[in-house]
Amino acid sequence: MSDVFYIQKEPIARLPAPSSLVGPLAWARANLFSSPANAVLSIVTLVVAVWCTWKALDFLVLSAVFSGADREACLAKNGVEPGACWAFVRDRFSFFIYGFYPVAERWRVDIFFVLLAVGVVWLLWLKAPRRDLGLIYFLVVMPVASFLLLNGASFLGLKPVDTALWGGLMVTLVVSAVAIVVSLPLGVLLALGRRSQLPVIKFFSVLYIEFVRGVPLVGMLFMANVMLPLFLPGDVSVDKLLRAVVGISLFASAYMAEVVRAGLQALPKGQYEGAMAMGLGYWQMMRLIILPQALKVTIPNIVNNYVALFKDTSLLLIVGIFDFLKAIQTASIDPQWAVATASVTGYVFAALVYFAFCHGMARYARAMEARLNAAQKR
Amino acid sequence: MKTLMKSVALGVTVAALAAGAASAQTLAQVKARGTLQCGSNTGLAGFGQPDAQGNWTGLDVDFCRAVSAAIFNDPTKVKFVPLSAKDRFPALQSGEIDVLSRNTTWTMSRDAAFEFGPVVYYDGQGFLVRKKMKIGSAMELSGASICVQQGTTTELNIADYFRSKNMKYEIVAFAALDETSKAYDSGRCDAFSADASALYADRLRLANPDDHVVLPEIISKEPLGPMWRQGDSQWGDVIKWTHYAMLTAEELGINQANVDEQLKSTAPDVKRLLGTEGNFGEQIGLTKDWAYRIIKHVGNYGEVFEKNVGQNSRLKIARGVNGLWNKGGLQFAPPVR
Repeated sequence: MSDVFYIQKEPIARLPAPSSLVGPLAWARANLFSSPANAVLSIVTLVVAVWCTWKALDFLVLSAVFSGADREACLAKNGVEPGACWAFVRDRFSFFIYGFYPVAERWRVDIFFVLLAVGVVWLLWLKAPRRDLGLIYFLVVMPVASFLLLNGASFLGLKPVDTALWGGLMVTLVVSAVAIVVSLPLGVLLALGRRSQLPVIKFFSVLYIEFVRGVPLVGMLFMANVMLPLFLPGDVSVDKLLRAVVGISLFASAYMAEVVRAGLQALPKGQYEGAMAMGLGYWQMMRLIILPQALKVTIPNIVNNYVALFKDTSLLLIVGIFDFLKAIQTASIDPQWAVATASVTGYVFAALVYFAFCHGMARYARAMEARLNAAQKR
Repeated sequence: MKTLMKSVALGVTVAALAAGAASAQTLAQVKARGTLQCGSNTGLAGFGQPDAQGNWTGLDVDFCRAVSAAIFNDPTKVKFVPLSAKDRFPALQSGEIDVLSRNTTWTMSRDAAFEFGPVVYYDGQGFLVRKKMKIGSAMELSGASICVQQGTTTELNIADYFRSKNMKYEIVAFAALDETSKAYDSGRCDAFSADASALYADRLRLANPDDHVVLPEIISKEPLGPMWRQGDSQWGDVIKWTHYAMLTAEELGINQANVDEQLKSTAPDVKRLLGTEGNFGEQIGLTKDWAYRIIKHVGNYGEVFEKNVGQNSRLKIARGVNGLWNKGGLQFAPPVR
């Protein structure tokens, strides 16, 4: 046992990095105040951000009015101008959600919301049991059940409710759900048609896609709403909401077709050739080899389309369908709530709801992308 | 392209034929369908506006309820079709609606294409001023600055009015109506001019509505009434006499509350209106008690007016020219005889 002390037996405790490199101060110095110009910019931005946040917080929460029966609640008191008029949103909340749907029948809409939520979760939650049944539920059971519920069915004892009475968030969800579900398969078919070797199919696919993409959605809705009835005989009338749903779905599928086509073109030719060499037929090749890869590539664009589609449903207001946004606008004209802050609050509420839906879609798509890209990660 | 044009042309012809055939028997169609399809506004305070439960309220929509009550003895058999200003005429032309009751001004060119009913509401351009200016009439507005919305007939009407009266004025114009009323509220001008019915609703959006008053003068004519398709005089009679029945009821003092009592009345004009004598309703394709149904379910004109735009509403519009003819207004119904 020799006592050789110059040998360090244990590793020396690591010194912390110098405070100029780690910690919040160092981070701020490196990212916010790296030069005098940056420092000035940072301070100005910070001040503006804090000021805006404070103003928004003050308007939306601190000095907002949360309860009241009419405009009196949101009027200036003792010369103090109140903030957001949430009392207005509370009073008209059921109108924003259900529109003109008869009050006694609104439980049917609630069930529809539940059915929709169950369907969405079942399909999108990857660990959900029996997702194959979920697909059948989402594409067959739920649409039929929802239609019977919302539209009414005398043989089930459900009073028929004319679609003219549908409104609010319910219409926004019905229209966008139908358009989202219809546009993807239709878009895939159109994209395949456009790349088909068969000249007739190719011609009609190109014609359709180019025509629809060349027309504004507003024009198409007007066409469906104003022109179509002029061409039909007087006693034949196609439901107004149905016309709009069909119009939006057809419009969305043309855009979807181009998105899917981009995915098809992104695949190397070897994939097609490999599939054919395996002896797969056209549909087998598409189903097993091509489309899974093509759709994976285009997920961000597909979701982008969905988000745009969801917001486009607000154009329904110009053809007199009371979607979510139109319901809010109409309610704010009412003299019962004739104060300047009522319409502002209504729009803030609309923005929050639209944001919740669109951001939800975007977040899910990002998670999905990450999962599907696992193969590319090291 | 040529075939497309051909099919479009064919479609238009078919539609025209169908519309021609359809318009001749609107009443029969409505009865067979079981509902009245009524073109309404997508939202105008006091005239057509959904409440918190999603029920339509307003003068224009109550008119449709009255027609429905006259035909079906039930004011709820109306399907309201909310229409924008652009949509309204094609919707009527195509037969999508049976009657348009949507604050539409009766003008000569529109009358050439459609039929107009009795004027349900006489509107016109008016002025809003501050009470503390102590002005009782638009004649005293000489030298005033007036806030108006740019590019509307409002501006032209003011020019016409002030020139004809040899008064000085100054126009302060803004792009949007909302901006205009805000500018007036902040003191940019002495008066604010717009359609009178809109002025009342707009007044409520000001900081202190009670400090402002709408002047009695109306400087333009905007007669608003229901519209229907040409070539169907029977349907026209139903529309016209629905309004006249409401007016006559007010004139005779019959209202929703006392109509059942009035059935026992011995006054000949009351008996004729309520159908206890004669068969006037049957002559226009309705029943004897058509007027009773209207009053029972919807009320007389005065009640409907006060409920939607008058003293019982938030708009507080005075009867003015919309009063009965024997009370200084313009509402006049031909006799039921």
